[in-house]
Amino acid sequence: MKFAVIVFPGSNCDLDMYHAVTDAVGEQAEYVWHTETDLDRFDGILLPGGFSYGDYLRAGAIARFSPVMESVKQAAAEGKPVLGVCNGFQILLESGLLPGAMRRNEDLHFICRTVPLQVKKADTMFTSAYEAGETLQIPVAHGEGNYYCSETQLEELKQNDQIVFTYGAALNGSVADIAGIVNEAGNVLGMMPHPERAVEALTGSEDGRRLFESIVRQWREKHAVTS
Amino acid sequence: MQLLREPSAEMIEEQRLYEEMGMTADEYQLAVKELGRKPNYTELGLFSVMWSEHCSYKNSKVLLKKFPVEGPRVLQGPGEGAGIIDIDDEQAVVFKIESHNHPSAVEPYEGAATGVGGIIRDVFSMGARPVALLNSLRFGELKNPRVRYLFEGVVAGIAGYGNCIGIPTVGGEIQFDDGYEGNPLVNAMCVGLIDHKDIQKGQAKGIGNPVLYVGASTGRDGIHGATFASEELSEDSEAKRPAVQVGDPFMEKLLVEACLEATKHPKLVGIQDMGAAGLTSSSAEMASKAGSGIRMNLDLVPQRERNMTPYEMMLSESQERMLLVVEKGSEQEFIEMFEKWGLHAVEVGEVTDTKRLELIHAGETAADVPVDALAEEAPVYHKPSTEPESFRAFQAQKPFLPEVDTAKTLERLLEQPTIASKEWVYGQYDYMVRTSTVVSPGSDAAVVRIRGTKKALAMTTDCNSRYLFLDPYEGGKRAVTEAARNIVVSGGEPLGVTDCLNYGSPDKPEIFWQLERSTDGLSEACRELQTPVVGGNVSLYNETANGAVYPTPVIGMVGLIHDLDHVTTQQAKAAGDAVYFLGQVHGELSGSELQKLLQGSYSGRVVPIDLREEKEQQQQVLKAIQAGAVNSAHDISEGGMACAAAEKLFGTAFGAELTLPDGPVTAALFEEGTGYLFTVSAEQKEQFAAYLPDAEEIGTITDDQQLTLRNRSGETIISTEIRNLEEKWRGAIACALKSKG
Repeated sequence: MKFAVIVFPGSNCDLDMYHAVTDAVGEQAEYVWHTETDLDRFDGILLPGGFSYGDYLRAGAIARFSPVMESVKQAAAEGKPVLGVCNGFQILLESGLLPGAMRRNEDLHFICRTVPLQVKKADTMFTSAYEAGETLQIPVAHGEGNYYCSETQLEELKQNDQIVFTYGAALNGSVADIAGIVNEAGNVLGMMPHPERAVEALTGSEDGRRLFESIVRQWREKHAVTS
Repeated sequence: MQLLREPSAEMIEEQRLYEEMGMTADEYQLAVKELGRKPNYTELGLFSVMWSEHCSYKNSKVLLKKFPVEGPRVLQGPGEGAGIIDIDDEQAVVFKIESHNHPSAVEPYEGAATGVGGIIRDVFSMGARPVALLNSLRFGELKNPRVRYLFEGVVAGIAGYGNCIGIPTVGGEIQFDDGYEGNPLVNAMCVGLIDHKDIQKGQAKGIGNPVLYVGASTGRDGIHGATFASEELSEDSEAKRPAVQVGDPFMEKLLVEACLEATKHPKLVGIQDMGAAGLTSSSAEMASKAGSGIRMNLDLVPQRERNMTPYEMMLSESQERMLLVVEKGSEQEFIEMFEKWGLHAVEVGEVTDTKRLELIHAGETAADVPVDALAEEAPVYHKPSTEPESFRAFQAQKPFLPEVDTAKTLERLLEQPTIASKEWVYGQYDYMVRTSTVVSPGSDAAVVRIRGTKKALAMTTDCNSRYLFLDPYEGGKRAVTEAARNIVVSGGEPLGVTDCLNYGSPDKPEIFWQLERSTDGLSEACRELQTPVVGGNVSLYNETANGAVYPTPVIGMVGLIHDLDHVTTQQAKAAGDAVYFLGQVHGELSGSELQKLLQGSYSGRVVPIDLREEKEQQQQVLKAIQAGAVNSAHDISEGGMACAAAEKLFGTAFGAELTLPDGPVTAALFEEGTGYLFTVSAEQKEQFAAYLPDAEEIGTITDDQQLTLRNRSGETIISTEIRNLEEKWRGAIACALKSKG
């Protein structure tokens, strides 16, 4: 399976995403500069964390206009897995691929630490290797991770079963402690915690590795059926 | 439109306008002599900033010469942007520390942020990929609201810059003490990795080669920042806020990536950061080092504001700018390379054979000065030095050895902000980005692995200025020794040092004496421990109306961990493990956190360190760790053995039952720098004892979350729940910030 790691000016977790996919999971990945427009050669799209355009104006607000985003939308429409982590999640929100918005953390401080993360939904292409209700140890590192959506939107998220991860304990003020959501079709996941930082025991946790393994497994199964 | 006419060369001399730029009459006369005529306003600006202490080290040069700067692994010593040390396999580590004290004292967020930005540029200008940041901070007491403002602002500034640029802030130290109330210290260190073949130098070689300006435009911010950094702080300092630069980490992120691409280009000749003294120092130093000259057309310099004068352009310290020299004919390739990153590279001049810095503005020569006069010929002073009376009094004092309520004292020490958990601080720093942080902030040294190898780097910043205040010579030795212990207990072989010498005004003989004596101590320790000084920074005039800061030579040290299996942390690993003490209790608590707690000030003698014994002991400790004979290791520093024992248990599920090492009880518990604590499993014991026969087994790790300390006769003197201690230790800083002072 071949992943695109999209690089915007100011992305800084692109390297981590690349190594998670290649070294820890053993799949292929390629950096794709934000001006490229052809993503056809990729089976999955990864939007890494960082500070695209310095987070100026609002996190993700400028990156959504990058030329590559049209192709990301197209890939999403084709049903390819699209994963946005941290700044990648913020970009998915700003570009309308996922509902809601991000505010600054409740205490206005950047938060960097490994936190307990609850798997709310294990029947997605991103989480099939987890058990529903399982608690993972995954790092967060963000200043604007306070997820907001209206009450109606929250009802919809619940009704459509789109909430994938919640924080094990209140962290940043997010509505319903939401840490990650999927789109209705189930192939676009945005999450603030960094699974790509949790793929090796050496650096603290391996709990994020199964997220990438889920994506690969689903792709293999699908691929085996169609070919 | 010229708003104000600049004074003429004659007016400058008659009205002694050079004094406003921090130059003395003698220095002005020297400039006249070097130039062969009276300098105009722009030229005077060039001289004053290049001859400031910050750029020329004119007051400290005689002392810096004492440092050992060579060693079998040293690839680049002091003099370039950063030092470079070989780490085998054609790889090297590049590192440097720098101060941003004065800017942070008036504008903490931007002062600290631009300190981080500047040190990162020093590292990538060598061609290295920055992989880690550290810092060393000093503040007054948190009960003072202004101190809380400075502290919170500095932490936010470091976080704001480092997090955005995506380089993990993996370690540091913070000390709180009244001596730093009006003059905080903000030292930032950056560590980078490089392949030998990619090492760059800041040299302007090759007559006719173009000079390219890259990065942010030049504005009026930071004008005379280096001069400001070389004065004492006063009530007027607030008015110097415009001398503080404003940082743009996003711009610097683009600059890092673009410049690292440029340094791989075979046609790059030289590259240097426009740091202190901006365009002036980068151009003059690059030319001086290459024995060449530079002619620049200032009309071509990208400008953020209208009607900037040559003086303003040359002295601006606008951030995120680099100067490049490339081979003639290749300029377009570089311009396009930078364009990909959205950056403008502009040809602003060329290399000449005149050995002069020639500046053209609006068709006229604005300045024409010999580059060596600026970069090399700054006056060198050997200031008078006097041993202060206080030192004699300290030396005559009996050892400080009070009797205390031991259990209560342990609790109170753990909640002193200097000892307490710094999680409130490092929890705001992204210390994991680049996913190579193996040991996170909070242990003795941070450890960062080198991808694709089994190697890792251990890194730390250290200085206990209280001991330097009592005895700068012994205190200096102690600073280096403690930094090396931090590296060794983490499993690393100490490689080398970058130092940041923070002192008061060298014009005061008693301060210069501190500088002299402490650099003696630092030099001897670096020589004996075989950790050459490969770069650093001097920050003088750290004074306010209330006096000078404590002498604070911060040691940034990097070590090589040859195999990831050697990585060791301070936390206890398993119940049943034996606990060993290695070292000696002297019965002297002068300069300790306990003395501060009880007396509110410091006095007395500092226990001398035998450097030869120290080196031997460190080597044995490292061998034991490398052999796998140790489960955890921690050096005993602030708060003594009792605090070290508690720290070993925090964040674990364990407790410990320990007998105190030999010596008076208060000292056995709270004396600082006495040695090490190790935990060793039953299987490791025999091997451990073979490496460290002098280590004494003092107890065991238990699974009951209780810390019990007994005296040598077996009587329990402290028995307390770890949870209780840990709560106080973890919450102290957040609590101090909430309190209303």
